[in-house]
Amino acid sequence: MAEETILGYLAKNQEIADSGEFAAQHGLNHDDVVNVIKSLHGFRYVDAQDIKRETWVLTDEGKTYAASGSPEVQLFLAIPPEGIPLEELQKKLDPLLFKIGRAQAAKNKWVEMGKQLVSRKVQHVDDTVKDLLLQIERGKVIDQDDIKALKGRKLIATQTWNGYSVRKGPEYAPQRKKFAADLTREMLQSGEWKNLEFKEYNFNAKGQPIEGGHLHPLNKVRHQLRMIFLQMGFEEMPTDRFVESSFWNFDALFQPQQHPARDSHDTFYMKVPAITKELPEDYVERVKRVHESGGYGSRGYEYDWNRDEANKNLLRTHTTAISTRMLYLLAQKPFTPKRYFSIDRVFRNEAVDRTHLAEFHQIEGLICDRGLTLGDLIGVLHDFFSRLGMSKLRFKPAYNPYTEPSMEIFSYHEGFGKWVEVGNSGMFRPEMLLPMGLPEDVRVIAWGLSLERPTMILYGINNIRDLFGHKVDLGLIKANPICRLGVD
Amino acid sequence: MPTISVGRDRLFAAIGQTYTQEEFEDLCFRFGIELDDVTTEKAIIRKEKHLEEEEDGDDEEVIYKIEVPANRYDLLCLEGIAQALRIFNGLQEMPTYKVVNISRKSMIKMHVKPETSSIRPYVLCAVLRGIKFDEVTYNSFIDLQDKLHQNICRRRTLVAIGTHDLDTLHGPFTYEALPPSSINFVPLKQEKHFRADELMGFYKSDLKLKKFLHIIENSPVFPVIYDYKRTVLSLPPIINGAHSAITLKTKNVFIECTATDLTKAKIVLNTVVTTFSEYCERKFEIEPVEVIYSNGKSVVCPDLSFYNMEVPLSYITGAIGVPLEADEVTSLLNRMQLCAEQSVSGDNNSNITVSVPPTRNDVLHPCDVMEDVAIAYGYNNVKDITIAKGYNVSKGRAVSLKPLRLEEFSHLIRLEMAMCGFTEVMSFILCSLNDNFAMLNHEGDRSNAVIIENPRSSENETARTSLMPGILKTVGQNKGHPKPIKIFEVGDIVLLDETTDVGATNRRQLAALYCGATAGYEIIHGLVERIMLVIGLVPPDDNTTFYLKPSDDPEFVMGTQASIIYKGKRIGTSGIVHPEVLNKFDIPDPCAYFELSIQCFF
Repeated sequence: MAEETILGYLAKNQEIADSGEFAAQHGLNHDDVVNVIKSLHGFRYVDAQDIKRETWVLTDEGKTYAASGSPEVQLFLAIPPEGIPLEELQKKLDPLLFKIGRAQAAKNKWVEMGKQLVSRKVQHVDDTVKDLLLQIERGKVIDQDDIKALKGRKLIATQTWNGYSVRKGPEYAPQRKKFAADLTREMLQSGEWKNLEFKEYNFNAKGQPIEGGHLHPLNKVRHQLRMIFLQMGFEEMPTDRFVESSFWNFDALFQPQQHPARDSHDTFYMKVPAITKELPEDYVERVKRVHESGGYGSRGYEYDWNRDEANKNLLRTHTTAISTRMLYLLAQKPFTPKRYFSIDRVFRNEAVDRTHLAEFHQIEGLICDRGLTLGDLIGVLHDFFSRLGMSKLRFKPAYNPYTEPSMEIFSYHEGFGKWVEVGNSGMFRPEMLLPMGLPEDVRVIAWGLSLERPTMILYGINNIRDLFGHKVDLGLIKANPICRLGVD
Repeated sequence: MPTISVGRDRLFAAIGQTYTQEEFEDLCFRFGIELDDVTTEKAIIRKEKHLEEEEDGDDEEVIYKIEVPANRYDLLCLEGIAQALRIFNGLQEMPTYKVVNISRKSMIKMHVKPETSSIRPYVLCAVLRGIKFDEVTYNSFIDLQDKLHQNICRRRTLVAIGTHDLDTLHGPFTYEALPPSSINFVPLKQEKHFRADELMGFYKSDLKLKKFLHIIENSPVFPVIYDYKRTVLSLPPIINGAHSAITLKTKNVFIECTATDLTKAKIVLNTVVTTFSEYCERKFEIEPVEVIYSNGKSVVCPDLSFYNMEVPLSYITGAIGVPLEADEVTSLLNRMQLCAEQSVSGDNNSNITVSVPPTRNDVLHPCDVMEDVAIAYGYNNVKDITIAKGYNVSKGRAVSLKPLRLEEFSHLIRLEMAMCGFTEVMSFILCSLNDNFAMLNHEGDRSNAVIIENPRSSENETARTSLMPGILKTVGQNKGHPKPIKIFEVGDIVLLDETTDVGATNRRQLAALYCGATAGYEIIHGLVERIMLVIGLVPPDDNTTFYLKPSDDPEFVMGTQASIIYKGKRIGTSGIVHPEVLNKFDIPDPCAYFELSIQCFF
């Protein structure tokens, strides 16, 4: 209604000088007119300039007097021509009204406050206060002195009035176009869509969050690594065996019984079940011999090997315990070359900090074949790590009780601008392989790394507890990219 | 890996060459040690006392912290590292260590009493004559003993070293084992006499020594070494006597190593005497001591003989994958402190005869020799033969592999769960017994759980027997996360199992939880049916596949819980989580949960 009137008016006229007057002229509510102008201005149908005016409005007290007369007049009229005792007069009027009326009437010298009687001093009075208030209420302009007097009696107060002057805007049209916010089934059915223009979508606002399921980042990386191993022709080892004997975890790997890794400071030993019940006895005998006195070209460690120590159950400290079992099984049959891998949990009884937990995932790969060389190991490491995006590698001599040679793997990290250790590798010692019964020319090259560290680097996570375990923020699991290891 | 602190300038002086830090790091990298940290004495003290950083003065001595391989005891001090690097750089030949040729009669004697066999049966000794200490070499001598005690000696349990000023003592010596109350002496750094049993109590408050007391404390006899005049040399493996303490002025050092492991005692004694014979008047010469056992058997020590090994050249080159001539191999080995000569075996194949010096006890097998050749040749000079040989084609045959069913199946289930709108969590295997039982209202039932003997904290007392504690802990930690929370986990639990060799077994489980304004068991119910459907089992008009059977587990609310039965066996649980359980895990919102074993589906 207001919109049509405004747009129609501007079709014939230059300007609406004052929205207040315009509203009054056209019998419109000024608030409605203001809202329409704001909206038309927003869509640039019109240009609107602010107009501000100070106006006088009646206070609540002023409104009362405008309706029922000023207190002084009410008091005057309450006095009969013969006069009235003060107490009587007081009873006829509201106490506050009486108080104000008496003061004003006295000031106007309308009444005589005698000792016996209150009596009129004049015969007739005009209620100018009421008249003035009514004029203000109607928006009339009155004399400044009167304003001052009414303001002094707190019967009127100022109010700011906001309105607009309006001209045609750059997009002016006599009628506004309709924009649809969305396409609806009704529009399709009615064919209304043909006449519609669509409201421009705000591409700066966020889209609606998508609800769905999510995989854990650690598992995403784990899956890509499995794919890489499978693409390289490696077979996955069954690693679902957390409780292991010291024999398979340490002794079979030619790790001497006094080795610090076997300390209770590093390894979780089991109270229940404390002891393993079954080991392959002939193999145990060969392992004992190689520890105590060597053989297969070795001096051995020359100490008294203790079976009880080997029987102790523990939580495996590395998945190499499984690799050892797999190689032992392989040795029981006519030899076939194998490539094995696993990615699973291992346990260390270590102090936990930002980068260490009591359990983490170990990635392990190994190749077992005749005549393998250190060059083959370096070759497979280049192949594997380049698939992880690490093509610049170098190798440092290291010590590990069951590999010789042993190599720490370093990769140049462009972001950190330095060489970072990314894994360990080596050839399994003959003292480990030959007691199993593998042929003498069979060598095993192997490497290992943790799953957590590359994942932390990949996803920019600094604290391992933000990635793994129950303290992880579900928001983090929901908001991370796919893992493209092995894809790019 | 042990870390050794050495003064940079003294190290470079000993090597006979100066390096930039980068050059030195590179040298370490090639040799197989690691420059772990660069600091100063004052910085270390500041760090210990947690003081503020100050500007380092230029005059402060720079300390290099160097990490060395755990089996290279010869590298546990500045002298050893410097010598190894000098030889590696070709600046020095391998020294020849010599046991001075003196008659048995004039040798210092150590008599071993039979009682020692019950507590610490072995002792080995040697003498360094005409040694010249300065403050730095003296400290290095003490530090080396410390490092050996920490590492190969396994905190003195296997071997303990005592070094004495020989000129304060009178041989022959005796190694005895006596009741503690009968041993009385002034220990090192003390001024009054102590009886050995009282000394144990005294050292209970000594931060350094109290760690070693357990080795002999409960024995009726303590090992002790006396000289001819009944002066106590030492109460191994705890403390030496004050009387024979070595000082900067000491000229002749008597060294004794008491042990429970004879091989390690030999290594320790050899390491100490070879390293510090460098400072003797007659360099690299060590005076022997005769150790006489009560049965009349006697041993002259130290034994500095070389260990000889014949290694075919083809073994070395074949394992490294680099063609090398015999003379190249011998010169590479010389740089690694191994004496090597070319020899020819019967069948005309080239052999390398390697003499392993007493400092290189880490060399056990020809593979160790092979490694040293590879290190001296340079790991990073070994040609990558990925393409040349093709490690991934074995004997020219393509390989046909089978997937691991458990892992493949688990992966497919994970994908299905995520497709159902659930988010994967990965919680810990390790948990407390309380988490695993009492927190789930299973007070008193521990029959199926493994128990860890030596956990560092209560969080590591057992391996979970269900996925429930980890999942509930995750919800408790994510209270602020918008509801509903829909999470799942596929992972292993550990159960006692008499039928396996170790007595325990892993089981692969699937669990999921819904948490919202209501518990939403119907969602969990639907999810169970969905999973069964994708596994290929149609619910449940036919009870031969699977069905839900009302149950009464304490972790769930009665009446809103059911066992998941498959082929007549209970394979899982489901229900609205009991409010008491929610409360224990600090979860303010209702939850429904299911867990089942997926091991039975293949």
